[in-house]
Amino acid sequence: MPDARKKILEVHHLKQYFNVGKRDEVRAVDDVSFDIYEGETFGLVGESGSGKTTAGRAIIHLYEPTSGEIIFNGQDVSKLHTKKQMHAFRRQIQMIFQDPYASLNPRMKVKDIVAEGIDIHGLAKDDADRTKQVEDLLETVGLNKDHSSRYPHEFSGGQRQRIGIARALAVEPKFIIADEPISALDVSIQAQVVNLLKELQVKQNLTYLFIAHDLSMVKYISDRIGVMHYGKILEIGPADEVYNHPLHAYTKSLISAVPVPDPEFERNRIQVPYDESREKDDKKRRMVEIAPGHFIRASEDEVAMYTQRAVDAGLING
Amino acid sequence: MADNPKDIAIKPGDFEPLDQQAGPDNERIAAPSLTFGQDVWRRLKSNKTAFTSFIILVLMFLVAFGGQAVYHHDPNAQQPKYANLPPKIKGVDLYGFNGHLKQSGKDVDAYAAAGAGKDVHYVLGTDYLGRDLLARIMYGTRISLEIALIATLIDLTIGVGFGIISGWKGGRVDLFMQRVIEILSSIPQLVVMVLMATAFTKTGMASIIAAIAITGWTTMARLTRAQTLQLKNQDFILAARTLGESAPKIAWKHLLPNLSSVIIIQTMFTIPSAIFFEAFLSYIGIGISSPQASLGTLISDGQKNFQFLPYQMWYPAIVLIVLMLAFNLLGDGMRDAFDPKSKR
Repeated sequence: MPDARKKILEVHHLKQYFNVGKRDEVRAVDDVSFDIYEGETFGLVGESGSGKTTAGRAIIHLYEPTSGEIIFNGQDVSKLHTKKQMHAFRRQIQMIFQDPYASLNPRMKVKDIVAEGIDIHGLAKDDADRTKQVEDLLETVGLNKDHSSRYPHEFSGGQRQRIGIARALAVEPKFIIADEPISALDVSIQAQVVNLLKELQVKQNLTYLFIAHDLSMVKYISDRIGVMHYGKILEIGPADEVYNHPLHAYTKSLISAVPVPDPEFERNRIQVPYDESREKDDKKRRMVEIAPGHFIRASEDEVAMYTQRAVDAGLING
Repeated sequence: MADNPKDIAIKPGDFEPLDQQAGPDNERIAAPSLTFGQDVWRRLKSNKTAFTSFIILVLMFLVAFGGQAVYHHDPNAQQPKYANLPPKIKGVDLYGFNGHLKQSGKDVDAYAAAGAGKDVHYVLGTDYLGRDLLARIMYGTRISLEIALIATLIDLTIGVGFGIISGWKGGRVDLFMQRVIEILSSIPQLVVMVLMATAFTKTGMASIIAAIAITGWTTMARLTRAQTLQLKNQDFILAARTLGESAPKIAWKHLLPNLSSVIIIQTMFTIPSAIFFEAFLSYIGIGISSPQASLGTLISDGQKNFQFLPYQMWYPAIVLIVLMLAFNLLGDGMRDAFDPKSKR
């Protein structure tokens, strides 16, 4: 049972609004709750503008959340007031960014980019130790240690993304938010980076929040998947269950759009349209556990329907 | 061989795994590592106009600041009996450089008329008080450059600091700071200059520098603010924040190096405009006061005798023109060198 494991991150009713009270108020993340267990990979999927990235940034405290609780390792993040507490929090949770071309300062050497966290947190004893740590990190992500004296513009996208990963790893974090780390890379390099992430997870016992819009990639890397739409999470469940037996109509629609490298299948593909008006009928909805570990955002009168779907899919016994 | 691709049988045994050991070494970069500065320098050198301007500027700086060590003439020493002598270079018998003048249609040896001995030479002639014009031009260029450099430095410090804070803080702070800039830039420079002259009780270097610095930094502040706004949402800044870097350190390590090209280019255009403004102020008489000289006062003095002794205005004017052109062309070249995408 997943519940027996330790929760590393709990997000309760997180809301992140922009321009609050103005006419152009944006509810980027609206009442989102989920838990992430230690050592797992939680995939967050959804279309562009669904609030995935904003959720990730709110968790790492790049934004000040409008309301809601973020509990990391049993500690409420919004209650970290002293500089020292914040500093310690920053060390435990790191981020990998989407665009490898924008995430590295073009005027800094790779060595200084990777060592930034080491310098901030004072993790190196002396200069030689700093150099050694950087070289080890570069080796960990499969780069040559000679690369440390180079500038970012000399690297390819995949190499840059690995430099970004090395920078995140430098402070020995427990939890990494990977914000679409592969969407800017071409397919062959995507596999390289995802496999590196998987390998590192095993070696260093990392927990990932993996944000992406590519469902098949998310299924490959994730243990559990959360599906976001319009700032809300609609379905959370084990990766295989969500992918193979989606219960929510939106998830079904999303999965029906995943391309498959099979012309025969593609020719006969039926895309399931999603009627989003249902979401806006002002009914009170909350996350309901339909099958063990499988949550759906539903109103009271929809629970029976979802339960029936779960029974039909063989997830639970009627 | 089968022509139809469907007939080609591919068996798993036809494939061999790639040598995995080759991993990191495959990624070696053979090209020499160039820093950003080296790259800029390389591009600047290949731009002939800019590089020539650069050399001219270096020479002018050398002459203006080091010339007096070689050319021992006091720019302020007055010799009324040698007043208004035309240029005379030893051994050169070319009109304009032989000490001769045309007076009422007749060619006159001005040096003989003034009773100067054979060993009296003024390479660029003398002014109406008998002061050596070459020494005064060197001195004037130095004063002009000093004013421009100090004013630009103050400009830079205030402008960049203001711009970064305004852009980084955003919101209300930004709104307020931008209104300050708007108010300041709506005051005409000349009004500020007259105010400064009153405040410093006497016009001179200090009042000119203050006037240029007070009015000039707004452009720099606007540019750095715009650039900071663009940079602050870049992923590498966010990455620094997630690592826990403090705001001043982000400004120093991430913003400034990325702002440097904008700052340097803007500086290259601020210097000539400061020189020009100083010359303008001195020309209309509220700038440098005598016996000090600047390019502006020299041109102003020379203009009084322009009809009869044109060289008194031409030489300082040529120096000013060359200085302005060189700074502007070098600025243009630097803009291209810092931003390779803007050209070609």
